[in-house]
Amino acid sequence: MIDATEPAAPPRHAWRLPLGLTPGAVLSLVWVVVMLIIAIGAPLLALYDYDQIDLRGRLQPPVWLPGGDWRHPLGSDDLGRDVYSRLLFSIRTSVFVAIVGTVIGALIGTTLGFLAAHFGRMVDEAVVLAIDFQAALPFMILALAVVAFFGNSIYLFVAVIGIYGWERYARITRGMTLAALGQGYAVALKVLGAGPVRLYLRHILPNIAGALTVCLTLTFPHVILLETSLSFLGLGVQPPQTSLGNMVGFGRDYLLTAWWIAICPAATIFLTTLAISIFGDWLADRLDPTLRN
Amino acid sequence: MPFRIVVQKTLRAILTVLLLVTAVFIVLRLSGDPASALLGAETEQDVLEALRQKLGVNRSIPEQYIAFLGEIAQGHFGRSYLDRRDALETVMERVPRTLLLMGVTMVVALAIGIPAGIAAALSQGRWLDRGIMMLAVAGFCLPGFVIAILLILLLSVTWGLLPTTGYGTAKHLVLPVITMATHETAVFARYTRSAMLQVLSQPYMRTALAKGLPWPRAVRRHALPNTAIPLVTIGGFFVGSMIAGAVITESIFAWPGVGRLFVTSVALRDLPVVQVIIMLAGISMVVTNLTVDLLYGWLDPRIGALLAKRMKGTDR
Repeated sequence: MIDATEPAAPPRHAWRLPLGLTPGAVLSLVWVVVMLIIAIGAPLLALYDYDQIDLRGRLQPPVWLPGGDWRHPLGSDDLGRDVYSRLLFSIRTSVFVAIVGTVIGALIGTTLGFLAAHFGRMVDEAVVLAIDFQAALPFMILALAVVAFFGNSIYLFVAVIGIYGWERYARITRGMTLAALGQGYAVALKVLGAGPVRLYLRHILPNIAGALTVCLTLTFPHVILLETSLSFLGLGVQPPQTSLGNMVGFGRDYLLTAWWIAICPAATIFLTTLAISIFGDWLADRLDPTLRN
Repeated sequence: MPFRIVVQKTLRAILTVLLLVTAVFIVLRLSGDPASALLGAETEQDVLEALRQKLGVNRSIPEQYIAFLGEIAQGHFGRSYLDRRDALETVMERVPRTLLLMGVTMVVALAIGIPAGIAAALSQGRWLDRGIMMLAVAGFCLPGFVIAILLILLLSVTWGLLPTTGYGTAKHLVLPVITMATHETAVFARYTRSAMLQVLSQPYMRTALAKGLPWPRAVRRHALPNTAIPLVTIGGFFVGSMIAGAVITESIFAWPGVGRLFVTSVALRDLPVVQVIIMLAGISMVVTNLTVDLLYGWLDPRIGALLAKRMKGTDR
């Protein structure tokens, strides 16, 4: 008899990360967790209030440059506001907007996907048309116009951001639900008399959660980019509130004299989208190898 | 591709444009009174009313909608609230400048992104692949405005070599193009790599090698042409992403194109101009998507339908 079990491949390293984690994925996860901690604990971690003005300490450089000191670790801006503290509050705003926006998009998309798959016919047609429509929209400029014309309230802004990307979740949910409805477990549940809500939320949703999570992590960086871009143009989060994008936007005027005002939030945006992308790629590999490429 | 599908897709595209026009109308007209936005809310009532009448915004919304559709059908897009010039003309005279920016960006993105993606796929898993993909992920995650301020800081401030604002000479193109092309190049590199990897694992590649074709020849004759086909599908995404990129890039570098006009018009609530630009952008995207769909079916009738379906479901 031939032994069917293959010998285990010898480990390439003496130590291995669990779950097939790569060093990049670990670093990314750490960064994301730090951002979340900052988002929650910004008021505790900040040295000053984010809009506390100190006209005598204007445009102070960060601590490692000549002239900098520990009172303003990352320097101060044109009104003497502490860049470090503002950065923390900006992270808080941007992370909040991005998370709520992503959740809204995912909820709308998933719900419409289920409705399309469940009712079929006209409902399905309408949802598919809406998906195509959304995908064919120049969304960023439409969002810009809506936010500008309706006036800048943070709720409207979050709602507009939330509409972004819903069609991706809808497409995945619809396709995978249609496939699942043809499978044994869904048919069996129907025969046993399970209602649609129970069928979709308790049984089909867990089966497609992997693909939706991957979609979520791949969409999240785009949501952050959208939020920061609109805020950068001065049409997103409005002063006195601060977000990463509008910090870069205002810091832009002081690039030559005080680069740290713009570069600190800019670097934070880049590292955060990078971390989520790298983590998302790893997650896509882990949860659903077929989704990648 | 059968004629019936061509007709169906074209009708869908027209319906999408109609929906877009309606959405633009509803969203922008419901947003408030243009008269008080222009003159300020504390202006006297009869002055406001006169302006409303002049702008045609004193009628009911359905009336305005029908009038709006009629005007558009005749090619009248209204006059700019600011200088009373024809809105379409105002936008159109700026289109060539934006197209110049987008055209150069496209050439750069294709010229760097596609070879990089091919090189990465051919050296899959090795350092070259990893290096290219790391750069691609970084380029993908860098927002345009961050690239722009880094460029301004590094190039113009430190060395004073390139102009940071304006339009005119080839030098003015450099910074805006780098800003826009970074993201697009990264997208092309990633997409080319995955398309190429998919092609390389196809049975016909094994057949080509089995019949004795040397590897470089098999890649050149069989892999590369087949890689080109799925690349066509990101055309629509590409146009959308360049429109968004142009809005940011033009406003940072004071490039006098449509993107910058859009930001200023939005800030000044110049409704007719904003409408024209949104419709123009939407129609560009719809036409591109339609072209891609038709081109794709024409290029590869065999797997066209199958692949298009699969890619739509999974990739962005």
